[in-house]
Amino acid sequence: MATTVHEPPKIELDRLPSQRSGNGGWRNLVPVDGDLRRIKDRSPVPASTGIWVGLASITMTFAAFTSALIVRQGGAPDWQHISLPPVLYFNTLLILASSFTLELGRREVAKFMGGLRGQVASPARGLYVTLLLGLLFVAGQTFAWLQLRSQGFGLATNVSYSFFYVLTIAHAVHLLGGLGGMVRVIGKLNKSVLRRSTLDATSRYWHFMGALWLYLFLLLWMKL
Amino acid sequence: MHDVSAHAVHHGAPTSFIRKHVFSLDHKVIGKQYYALALVAVFVGMFLSWLMRIHLGWGSFAIPGLHLLSKTGAPGDVMTPEYYLQLMTMHGTIMVFFVLTTAPFAAFGNFFLPIQVGAEDMPFPHFNMMSFWVTFVAFLVLVASFFVPEGPTLGGWTQYAPLSAVGSVGGPGQGLGVVLWAASIGIFCIGQLLGSLNFITTTLDMRTRGMSLMRLPLSAWAWFITSVMGLTAFAVLMPACILLILDHVAGTSFFVSSNEVINGQILPHSGGSTLLWQHLFWFFGHPEVYIAIVPGMGIVSHVLITNMRRPMLSHKVLIYSMGALAVLSYMVYGHHMFVSGMNPVSSLAFSFPTLVITIPSAIIVLIWLGSLYGSKLRINAASLFALGFVSMFISGGISGFFLAQPSIDIMLHATYFVVGHFHLVMGVAAMFGIFAGTYFWFPKMTGRMMSEPLGKLHFWLTFVGAYCIFMPFHYLGIASNVRRYQAFTDDYLIPLIPVHKFITVAALCTGAAQLIFLYNLIHSRFKGAPATDNPWEGTSLEWSTATPPPHNNFGDTMPVVYHDPYQYGIEGASTDFVMQTSPEQIKNPNEEK
Repeated sequence: MATTVHEPPKIELDRLPSQRSGNGGWRNLVPVDGDLRRIKDRSPVPASTGIWVGLASITMTFAAFTSALIVRQGGAPDWQHISLPPVLYFNTLLILASSFTLELGRREVAKFMGGLRGQVASPARGLYVTLLLGLLFVAGQTFAWLQLRSQGFGLATNVSYSFFYVLTIAHAVHLLGGLGGMVRVIGKLNKSVLRRSTLDATSRYWHFMGALWLYLFLLLWMKL
Repeated sequence: MHDVSAHAVHHGAPTSFIRKHVFSLDHKVIGKQYYALALVAVFVGMFLSWLMRIHLGWGSFAIPGLHLLSKTGAPGDVMTPEYYLQLMTMHGTIMVFFVLTTAPFAAFGNFFLPIQVGAEDMPFPHFNMMSFWVTFVAFLVLVASFFVPEGPTLGGWTQYAPLSAVGSVGGPGQGLGVVLWAASIGIFCIGQLLGSLNFITTTLDMRTRGMSLMRLPLSAWAWFITSVMGLTAFAVLMPACILLILDHVAGTSFFVSSNEVINGQILPHSGGSTLLWQHLFWFFGHPEVYIAIVPGMGIVSHVLITNMRRPMLSHKVLIYSMGALAVLSYMVYGHHMFVSGMNPVSSLAFSFPTLVITIPSAIIVLIWLGSLYGSKLRINAASLFALGFVSMFISGGISGFFLAQPSIDIMLHATYFVVGHFHLVMGVAAMFGIFAGTYFWFPKMTGRMMSEPLGKLHFWLTFVGAYCIFMPFHYLGIASNVRRYQAFTDDYLIPLIPVHKFITVAALCTGAAQLIFLYNLIHSRFKGAPATDNPWEGTSLEWSTATPPPHNNFGDTMPVVYHDPYQYGIEGASTDFVMQTSPEQIKNPNEEK
């Protein structure tokens, strides 16, 4: 899985004061005497804040699903305990491994940017592996859904299955967003226009998807 | 003096019509698009309320042409009881989501938040564009339910389960109508989440030099607080809508319990929780009240300060109080469920924060009144509507004290008292905030002034009319007039019909007065007197740029902020105000330590 890199990617280490707006900064200290030369720009790049805000929103969504599960289970005479498809254990390993390879990939990119171009033949390799593991995870989830379906356990068979499908599909949909982000990062890296903030935001999102899956897996394992 | 040289624009100025006016990335165009959507929605919603009010006053009256809207819902141009409920549901949904959320937050916020913080645009303009178009699609999906065979849903804007989850057996529109409703609201949530993401990031990251958080105008603070609420509230409503749709299309049992019998049919669902929907819905629903009203608070504060020519008694306390409203709004949602059969201890637990939330509300009102006291308020259409907002908020808020207590709420629940309460405090007050914002910012948005005499006429007709409509609702509620009845045939309700007739006449007149506003808006857009850059002598950043603002908001040089936002009545200054961008040294600035 080779990639051709013609120029070193341009990763922004710091935003220049004259570039775009945003130099007010959310931790910016404004001197009382109005001497603006003493202001230091320490504002984070919007992508960094934006990804945290987005993750907060996704957290709320899954918190709502979780509370629905707990409330629905609490008063339900029809609640059935189900066996999770074994492939989920394998999928869990895949998504954990993908976070690991992503970090390795980030190091390769950082090394590449740090002037060690000769030592890094393909800076996107780790990202490609992460992408592949992510796709395998989605394939594994799809296998689990098809397996349950072939056994006669559909979305409406029992509310336990309903929650299983809803939670895992909702997670997979969000993960597809992460895969899209990864493709975008690789594309930008190959075109040498990648910003560090984009890579960092995508990485945070990806790791969050891993953590979210671990949480959901434990929830499903304990509650279903 | 720090010189900020030419900044690179975030995205170049578009040249084609499509990129400039339709799929625009410019926050100002997107703000106007949101405003236009809200304008269409508010007239649709008002038209529906007219139909409902005519039916309530004169039930057998044939409304000419009504059958064109629905042959089955209005045979012979007289609406059926079910069709009344369908119109009521659509009125509530359109007004709450596509007017009260869209106009004060998404429309004005989009246009003015980046300018007030001193940014060229939102940080994620593509998300911003998506946010509008997704909201537009949501509106189309909702309106489409008028044209499906059974018509729109009749379950009310709260869509309580199990009726909302059982399909067509629940009544006309409870099949496809509910699915379209839930799909529309789910899509709407996505739009608002994208918008909130941009608003929060704009406020935190995109502020210009010198613009510390406390130097933000109150309107910017209100949009920021609202976006935090939106981010968390809509993220909860969306999964609720997904589960509701699944109960319909996939046969799941999230909200429908076992052995449910509706219209003589035993339903195939099992074990669902009807209260689960209420919990999920109201966890969103109560913050939604504040999502509708907090932007109005910010806008009205901004308008009042500019016209009082002095700052509020306390800028910080007002901000903290709006923040307290946001936090508390999540802790009070159970007061909508006092009669749902939940544990009385839970009722007490929800009653307490409901009473507590009146404290920040009262503080905000007292700051407004205390600041207004003794001020020489400039009377114009914007400041009149701002005063009207304060009046409506107080009138509607006082009835909230009664409803906050379970023992009283049990009697008043589902009566017109509640309808009067939320229409005044959330509906009319928020509308007055929208009007205040429109009259105030129209010059900046379009480059032209609105007609002041028409604006004042619009205010007085609307102000008096709104009270004539909604104050009698409280009387009706105390007389136990149940809401959502399409006719009043019971002995104890028949004497109240004249009151309903009075309300209907008031609603028709007040609605007609809105045509004055519409005329003023459209006429002024094309024929209004040209506006100067700072027609109201304001101090915040929107008044320091050209009218209307250029594509990148501030031209070649980004603004630098030197002062708190409201430097009015400054001693020794060349004028009675000092703009935020003015490097002028102020001897005794209006600043809180």
